[in-house]
Amino acid sequence: MKFGVVVFPGTWSDRDCGWVVTEVLGAELEYLWHKDRDLKGCDCVILPGGFSYGDHLRTGAIARFSPVMESVTRFAAHGGLVWGICNGFQVLCESGLLPGALIRNDSCEFRCAWTDLVVERDDTLFTAGTAKRDVLRLPISHGEGNYFADPATLSLLEQRNQVVFRYCQPDGLVVPAANPNGSLHNIAGIVNREGNVLGMMPHPERCAEAELGGTDGLKLFRSVLDSFTGVPA
Amino acid sequence: MTATISAKLLKEVALTEAEYRTIVELLGREPNEVELGMIGVLWSEHCSYKTSKPFLRRLPSTGSRVLQGPGENAGVVDVGEGWAVAFKIESHNHPSAIEPYEGAATGVGGILRDVAAMGARPVAILDSLRFGPLPASAHLFEGVVAGIGGYGNCVGVPTVGGEVYFEDCYADNPLVNAMCVGLVRADSLQRARAEGPGNLLLLVGADTGRDGIHGASFASLELDESSEERRPAVQVGNPFLEKCLIEALQELGGHPAVVGVQDLGAAGLTSAVAEAASRGGAGALVVVDQVPRRESGMTPYEVMLSESQERMLVVVERGRQAEVLPIFEKWDLHAAVIGEVTGDGHLTVEAQGRVAARIPVEVLTDGAPVRTLVGRAPDLSRRRLDLATIPAEPASIPGSLLKLLAHPNLCSRGTVFRRYDQQVGNATVIAPGGDAAMVRINGTTIGIAMTTDCNGRYCELDPYLGAQIAIAEAARNIVATGARPVAITDCLNFGNPDKPEVYWQLEETTSGLANACRALDLPIVSGNVSLYNDTDGRSIFPTPVIGMIGVIEDYRKCLGAGFKGDGDFVLVVGLAGDDLGGSRYLEVEHGHFGGRPPEVDLLGERAAHEFVLAAVGGGHLHSAHDLSEGGMLVALAESCILGGRGVRCPPLGSQGDVRTDALYFGETQGRFLLSAPSRSMPELQNLARRHRVDIQLLGLTGGANLEFEGEFSIPLADLERAHRGPFKD
Repeated sequence: MKFGVVVFPGTWSDRDCGWVVTEVLGAELEYLWHKDRDLKGCDCVILPGGFSYGDHLRTGAIARFSPVMESVTRFAAHGGLVWGICNGFQVLCESGLLPGALIRNDSCEFRCAWTDLVVERDDTLFTAGTAKRDVLRLPISHGEGNYFADPATLSLLEQRNQVVFRYCQPDGLVVPAANPNGSLHNIAGIVNREGNVLGMMPHPERCAEAELGGTDGLKLFRSVLDSFTGVPA
Repeated sequence: MTATISAKLLKEVALTEAEYRTIVELLGREPNEVELGMIGVLWSEHCSYKTSKPFLRRLPSTGSRVLQGPGENAGVVDVGEGWAVAFKIESHNHPSAIEPYEGAATGVGGILRDVAAMGARPVAILDSLRFGPLPASAHLFEGVVAGIGGYGNCVGVPTVGGEVYFEDCYADNPLVNAMCVGLVRADSLQRARAEGPGNLLLLVGADTGRDGIHGASFASLELDESSEERRPAVQVGNPFLEKCLIEALQELGGHPAVVGVQDLGAAGLTSAVAEAASRGGAGALVVVDQVPRRESGMTPYEVMLSESQERMLVVVERGRQAEVLPIFEKWDLHAAVIGEVTGDGHLTVEAQGRVAARIPVEVLTDGAPVRTLVGRAPDLSRRRLDLATIPAEPASIPGSLLKLLAHPNLCSRGTVFRRYDQQVGNATVIAPGGDAAMVRINGTTIGIAMTTDCNGRYCELDPYLGAQIAIAEAARNIVATGARPVAITDCLNFGNPDKPEVYWQLEETTSGLANACRALDLPIVSGNVSLYNDTDGRSIFPTPVIGMIGVIEDYRKCLGAGFKGDGDFVLVVGLAGDDLGGSRYLEVEHGHFGGRPPEVDLLGERAAHEFVLAAVGGGHLHSAHDLSEGGMLVALAESCILGGRGVRCPPLGSQGDVRTDALYFGETQGRFLLSAPSRSMPELQNLARRHRVDIQLLGLTGGANLEFEGEFSIPLADLERAHRGPFKD
């Protein structure tokens, strides 16, 4: 099992994701440079957080044209696991691999904070190690994490059960007060219809060690690893 | 003076006629306009430290851990296991006053480059900010906070600490001091030297434009109405480019073909090339035609003085440029050979085949005549304090506490810090909100604690004492996390030194700093001086901001300021005195700002530090918090709020003849608030005896109130509400 972490110019969670994969999880890692098309045999490709291309034009709008994204798109179409975190989620929306868009936080401010997320789907390879209705505590750190989609797309998303995480209270209740950025339906993460492409705004790689505030993020990394190494969830 | 060099031109480059005469003497001829501009900018206070130099020499800068003291892009100290920390603080006050967003953003950008130039990866940013009161200063406050976030968040370096203060004296002259901490392997330290004639000068990063010309000179003048017109002297930042530059430098780290790396900051190419050549004992040739521009028609003068951001000078061995250029290409960075190192000791500027300027390097870097002025203690009679006229019993202790917690200078900074990424790098062990922040070195158990501190009010009342307190308190912040203070970077913010009172403040402050450094065995390894922080003739408080780092061998032993469990003993280290001079309590309850700041007993301070460190080392403590503004009761409330639990204390009673208000709210130095499990008490008492410190049992943690039995009880929820303060939610 090998994780790939894509590096665009301006990406900054690449090394954090790499740290968790190699030092905490003990799995194999390849960094994938944006100018390369070779995914180097990776089983799960992570599009990490950061300000790819300085967020110029729109978040993720330029990164989607990178050579590596052609390969990622093909990889996803063949069922490969693609995991967009923060800016990676934005890139996935811009690429059309996930529906909707991430717009400016309703506070109009950058927000770095711990959030509680209720797990809506435990049947994806990313969340197999969690249970439905579990509450995970993960930090967000973004200025444009406000999930938006037109009413038709949103209702289809809900109908097809594509919402994986919603911002909630510590007790799991999904209420407006727990929404840190104005996302519709408190959406923090979604998958594509097939369930192999996940986009999420919170940063699981920042909470994989107790010394850094928590280990809930590790559950997601471990789910992916276990799904490949055959450990039953 | 010749007709070609008019008084107007001299004013533009901020040189005096006497300085001009010195230039003519040193050169043995009249300078041309380009030369005058180059000398003017390097002789500005900002670059030459011509007024502060005699004082800076007093500051201790050596120590067993020091790998690099002042004089390079940043100071560097050894922190163990082959790792070194490069760190520095710098002001961007004047640009932020004129254009708060870009002023603050490029302040962050500049300090990141200083640290990156040492070969270090920047791992943390701290910002020490001072404004006038809200809401009048809201535009500056909002703009500066947004600018820091806009830059720091984008480059992917966490902002982990700093200060925000509001005082009248900063209304038109805010202070924006940015500190950066970086990590580098001690054997890969990069220095900013241009040596070896024939070696190439590579200019990497942004193209050069007309932005920021005369920024350094601008920083060396008082602000007035015409300052608005100097908006073009403020640069515009591009954090994306900076991120690519930092990554490229990291990849370049320790490359054998690289001779030196120098950041381009104030005074642009002129300063970067002159300083690098000076350190290498060499000269340099710059061919301005080879400098990539973003505007056409730029004169040699403009190219040499431009302060365009995100540029770095890399000195490469001749013939080996092909080894390093691919790294810059990979990151889509422009890298152009703009000249070479020479052996003639001159900085020569060539344009279109002609010599546009030729100045001995030492004239540029060391030629500025040092200014010695006469200081005079200000008249502080209106700041006199007679405690006998103030009732010793607060009208309501809980009422005073809630007022203090809600005060803009004491309340939670959460709404500011949440606008900064605090965690990127997966290393933030202690996030903003406590006494000091802590970042671990990934792959080791080493933790680096860091803080900025200065109480400008104390410094206004007594700069000698205030400066010592700034160091003592910064050290206390570090110690409260369990780390041992190691070294200092300082940012000395003062008014116009031509005023005898300000000059006296500078004198007193640096004496105080030197004294505290020696007593606590802490070297100052880097720093910056910002003078002329005056608006329309009014000076700021003397504000020597202390940036300090400390080291803990095992970050897993570090402590937070919040109570950790129920039933822990709560202790106070150090005894209270009648220390109400300059206190926040007197201001809030009696509208009085004055008196003498608390005395600082540096030996006692050091003993308290050693006691706490020994207790942390032995694993005896659950939390530690420094007592500072607002005194014991504010610290107690903060530990409750941060820990999400209350505290029950028996009545405080009387302690000798100390006033009641001073017992609760006095700001006696050298004190800590600790919590510890009951089993640790015997050992803590032993340690206290051994270190000769007084510890006093205050109460037990637990419950949902801060309670002094029979005296008062305040629900935790009320403390939390007050502590949110006046900032918008």
